[in-house]
Amino acid sequence: MTEILRVENLAKSYGTFEAVKGISFTVREGEMKALIGPNGAGKSTCFNMLTGQIRPTRGEVFLDGARITGLPPRVIWRRGVGRTFQITGTYQSMTVIENVQMALISHNRRVFSLFGRARALYRTEALALLDRVGMADQAERPCSVLAYGDLKKLELAIALAHRPRLLLMDEPTAGMAPSARIALMQLTADIVTEEGLSVLFTEHDMDVVFAHAHHIMVLNRGELIADGNAAEVRANPQVQDVYLGGGMLFKEIDHA
Amino acid sequence: MGFFIAQLLTGLANAAALFLVASGLSLIFGVTRIVNFAHGSFYMLGAYVGITLMGVLPGVLGPYLGFWGAIVLTGLIVGLAGALVEIVVLRPIYRAPELFQLVATFGVILVIQDLALMVWGAEDQMGPRAPGLRGVFRIFGEPIPKYDIVLICITPFILLALWALIAKTRLGVLVRAATQDREMVAALGVNQRWLFTGVFALGSALAGWGGALQLPKGGADLLMDFNIIGPLFVVTVIGGMGSLPGAFIAAVLISVLNVFGVAYLPQSTLVLMFVVMAIVLIVRPYGLLGKEEVAGEHGQSGAPETPIRPFGRRGRLAVAGLLLVMALLPLVTQPFALVLLTDIVIFALFAASLQFILGTGGLVSFGHAAFYGGGAYAAALMVTYAKTPMEIAFLFAPLGAGMLALVIGWFCIRLSGVYFAMLTLAFSQLVWSLVFQWRAVTRGDDGLIDIWPSAWLSGTVPYYYFTLVVGVLGILFLRTVIHAPFGYALRAGRDSARQAEAMGIDVKRVQYVAFALAGALAGLAGGLFVFAKGSVFPTELEIGKSFDALIVVFLGGVKTLSGGIVGATFMAAVEDWLTRLHYWRLLLGLLIIAVVILAPEGIVGSARRLGLRLGLVKHTEAD
Amino acid sequence: MTGANPAHGNRGPGPANRRDDHMNILRSLIAAATAVTVLSAPAFAEDPIKIGDINHYKRMAAFAEPYRKGIELAVAEVNAEGGVLGRPLEFVFPDDQGDPGEAVKIAEDLMTREGTVMFTGAILSNVGIALSSFAKEKNYLYLAGEPLADTLVWKSGNPNTFRLRVSTWVQAAMLAEQAAKTDAKTYATIAPNYSYGTEAVEAFKANLKRLKPDVEFVDEQWPALFKIDAAAEVQAIEKAKPDAIFNVTFGADLAKFVREGTDRGLFDGRGVYSMLTGEPEYLEPLGEEAPEGWYVTGYPWYDLPDGPGKDFVAAYETATGETPKMGSLVGYTMAKSVAAAIQKAGATDTASLIKAFEGLEVPSTPVGPLEYRAIDHQSTLGAYVGTLAVKDGKGVMVDWEYKNPVPYMPSDDEIRAMRPAN
Repeated sequence: MTEILRVENLAKSYGTFEAVKGISFTVREGEMKALIGPNGAGKSTCFNMLTGQIRPTRGEVFLDGARITGLPPRVIWRRGVGRTFQITGTYQSMTVIENVQMALISHNRRVFSLFGRARALYRTEALALLDRVGMADQAERPCSVLAYGDLKKLELAIALAHRPRLLLMDEPTAGMAPSARIALMQLTADIVTEEGLSVLFTEHDMDVVFAHAHHIMVLNRGELIADGNAAEVRANPQVQDVYLGGGMLFKEIDHA
Repeated sequence: MGFFIAQLLTGLANAAALFLVASGLSLIFGVTRIVNFAHGSFYMLGAYVGITLMGVLPGVLGPYLGFWGAIVLTGLIVGLAGALVEIVVLRPIYRAPELFQLVATFGVILVIQDLALMVWGAEDQMGPRAPGLRGVFRIFGEPIPKYDIVLICITPFILLALWALIAKTRLGVLVRAATQDREMVAALGVNQRWLFTGVFALGSALAGWGGALQLPKGGADLLMDFNIIGPLFVVTVIGGMGSLPGAFIAAVLISVLNVFGVAYLPQSTLVLMFVVMAIVLIVRPYGLLGKEEVAGEHGQSGAPETPIRPFGRRGRLAVAGLLLVMALLPLVTQPFALVLLTDIVIFALFAASLQFILGTGGLVSFGHAAFYGGGAYAAALMVTYAKTPMEIAFLFAPLGAGMLALVIGWFCIRLSGVYFAMLTLAFSQLVWSLVFQWRAVTRGDDGLIDIWPSAWLSGTVPYYYFTLVVGVLGILFLRTVIHAPFGYALRAGRDSARQAEAMGIDVKRVQYVAFALAGALAGLAGGLFVFAKGSVFPTELEIGKSFDALIVVFLGGVKTLSGGIVGATFMAAVEDWLTRLHYWRLLLGLLIIAVVILAPEGIVGSARRLGLRLGLVKHTEAD
Repeated sequence: MTGANPAHGNRGPGPANRRDDHMNILRSLIAAATAVTVLSAPAFAEDPIKIGDINHYKRMAAFAEPYRKGIELAVAEVNAEGGVLGRPLEFVFPDDQGDPGEAVKIAEDLMTREGTVMFTGAILSNVGIALSSFAKEKNYLYLAGEPLADTLVWKSGNPNTFRLRVSTWVQAAMLAEQAAKTDAKTYATIAPNYSYGTEAVEAFKANLKRLKPDVEFVDEQWPALFKIDAAAEVQAIEKAKPDAIFNVTFGADLAKFVREGTDRGLFDGRGVYSMLTGEPEYLEPLGEEAPEGWYVTGYPWYDLPDGPGKDFVAAYETATGETPKMGSLVGYTMAKSVAAAIQKAGATDTASLIKAFEGLEVPSTPVGPLEYRAIDHQSTLGAYVGTLAVKDGKGVMVDWEYKNPVPYMPSDDEIRAMRPAN
């Protein structure tokens, strides 16, 4: 397996506070990799540096060997990186399908078309994507009335619209019921397998993490303290230390 | 040296009243997020109430206590008036879309103008002298009025008192909390409604004190309210909206700069302020001490907009029917109805162009008249200097305005929210003052005249058809763009700029193009205007013109597609009818306030809601 | 160029009915929730001759209200004497908000819907200029009462526009004539930064230089209209140390300028020549602080000798309970001029009225006989000039005289050269 994403010594400081302290890792093609850690560990900062929302203080990011450090989000997106956010940012004034169509319009570089009906463009493709995440029956509903879990699914559909090779998902199941979490991640895993894309995700729910991640990284206070498969991470004494209060989780997983 | 110090002192003395009024505006904005157009009216009220009290109190309390007591009391009375306005007018509409309240405050301006005229009469009133403070001190040989020195000494104490109020009291804690995070206040279990009322009253009281304190240096007149709005916004914005020390620094900066401007660049007094504001905003987009606005703070509150649809069959038939009626009208009606309709179509196109960036783009421009007037001037200049035939000159209207929008937009688009609004205001003032002062070319406020259409369009009926065709095509073009991928991208950038950027959309570039398009279409309206009236004057570029458009867009409904058109039609027709009456401003003001309270989503938005409730409109078929 | 030249001054019931139809169409078009009843035109027993006076009744209420009362007094007098052409005279007073575009719209409304025979009005010169251009384009008649701009009858003059009031050039020339008699060599000017201010300063300079070529203008101040920073202006002028000052500020600007200037001793030992300051509109608000010794143009209504001037003051005070302002005089004289013109024309169509106005003589006005000159359509209304003093806590003009404007105007040839060929 070749690596699709390589991160070298990536760091971000706010004044004297160093949110991310020079971390390095890789994501390989076709794998689902999780980035976990307690609140404030720097997971979202790290993600935002990868997709261009935040400019790193130092370090480099390579996509498929090409440097993408500090590029604006829209450029990184065009290079084939999809992204979902911890707090969803769908377009409230559009319908579900229009949200997906918007991504397709952008992908096909039709944003500056002044004529023609946007609603009529790429409907079939958009419907197929919605169908893929189980949202086809809600295609014409206004986005503003969707249930939270459905919004997350919609976000997934949007992120898949430009056929990315790497998908970054920030807390994809936050705020969802446990059963729905498993279902959503199962869906993601299926897509990963079928499309052959790679996923990097952050997650609080260890059930989800240990059920779906091929590899797990643990971030604590801006430092990467572990990077390996589930067993390796679980055995890591530093990780156990960090998750001392969360020992329960490990037990549950043991007999899961 | 003496001259320099004397100038400095003059600037500091001038800063006193300006700081008081601006701090009130800043406070109100910081907590309630209301851009209070009516703040100048409270300043004017302060001046009038002050004069009245100063005529009465000294007889009762003696000259000293009478004078200073009158000033203190004036603030309290104006504060009460402010509280009344907040409770009656603003409280019912806090849930309306952000910035909608400015329509209500515009209504308040009109009402207070006519009330002041009724109570105090039309004549200018000179302010009474401060007792014991007539005459001058000599400082380095330069005469400095004693009252100036008093003002200079008072101001820091007022700043200190305000600072103490904000830093040391519970009210202050709440105000700070509300300025930073409104939901936090609600979470603290505070009655937010009374906090808002209290802050609005305090802000108004400060304006009242400002009005009363300047009396010994000036007086009271009915133009004070509008005259102070310019400097007021400039100071608040340069200081950073919501920042009291910022307002203080900016008030001093502007006042001192003005004094030196008078001495060394006497012709520049019109523009200096706005040049400074534009420079500050370009370098420090959130003012000297302002904080960056939280994303989604503006244009996002209230219920989310419903998805848009092109007109269905019924809608298209209705529009076609209306157009048919308008086309046949010249057969049955007298010429004046056509003149009025010509004006309405022009205004509707102007409003629709603003609605395009404001509603669809979420960019609130306070300076849209720059493009309307700019277009009118572009065409008029071609006719005047190049003797261009009307047909060609007319094309220069949208072209010139579009170019202007490209230049202004290049600076403004980088900002958002209220700061974007203020920078557009500054630029439109620059354009205005350029036209006003470059007399050799623009003939200043003598205007460009005899700009009449070609023979085949001359006369009411032909020009009405011309306006109808061009105006309707312009509006249809805007609607087409709104439903096109570009319009969707613009809306995407408004709904969530982060998401749009994360799907490959260059949001700023989309907004830039939209800004230029809106400018060109406003210029088209300006071109129609200039040939309809035969002349153009700098008034078409004034702040008031921008506000007119803004008001009708909000009045019609920001979160709708046809709000601007409906609002413009409503306003033009109502004005035509009301201005025949004596106290028409009072009536118009009350009417605006009534519409705002009864229809907080604008006329179209509220009509749609009513339609939904009555089952006349289906959810997805709106607009 | 005469696509629409609608009939005006129609008689009979026709227009009234059509007006109603038209309102109905409008109302259904507006379709707005306005529950208030629509205005209804007053019902006339006898068909009056209507004139529309378009003005900034709200925006410049302090000037427009006395003007309007002057018109109303004149109309009452005319009608008491049987009206004109056997019909009553009637003025309507629409408000244009000081907006030239709005004024043009109202003018169209007046001529096509209200059935007025001509229109008058405007205080602000730019509104007057817009109305003038419009009158020419549509071939209507416009009589400008108050606007001062020289261009109205000269550079932009046209056959359809007449003007009553004495213009900027002439008033400045009268002041310059007085200034030229003194030893003052260096002058500072202060004027609001808009057309009227610039025009006045240019006129004063030109006239003074002509009369006294060695004068020098050492400082020019241009405060924004009604936004004066008086203290700074006073300091700047003081710094230039001129022998004399020419002032064009008025209204609230003037009050602030006078107060700061007096406090800081700017006017001590300096001659000040000031436009309009003696007009009650501007002088009365100054009260006891009126600057003594200034040489001004104005209106000393309190000091007029027996005759038509004093009679007008008495009649005005009886009718309104107020003392007259400059605007009262202008409004009154203007309405009287209109009546005289219609009487002379014997008809109300535009062509006859224009013909009547050219060379029209109005024999009895408060300032004596007037003529509307055929050459430039300017009336021969003059100006009162005099020195300011304070009496009984009020500013008044003393040693004043009424000056005929004609000697101060450019020569006929110069005027012909300036006026566009028609």
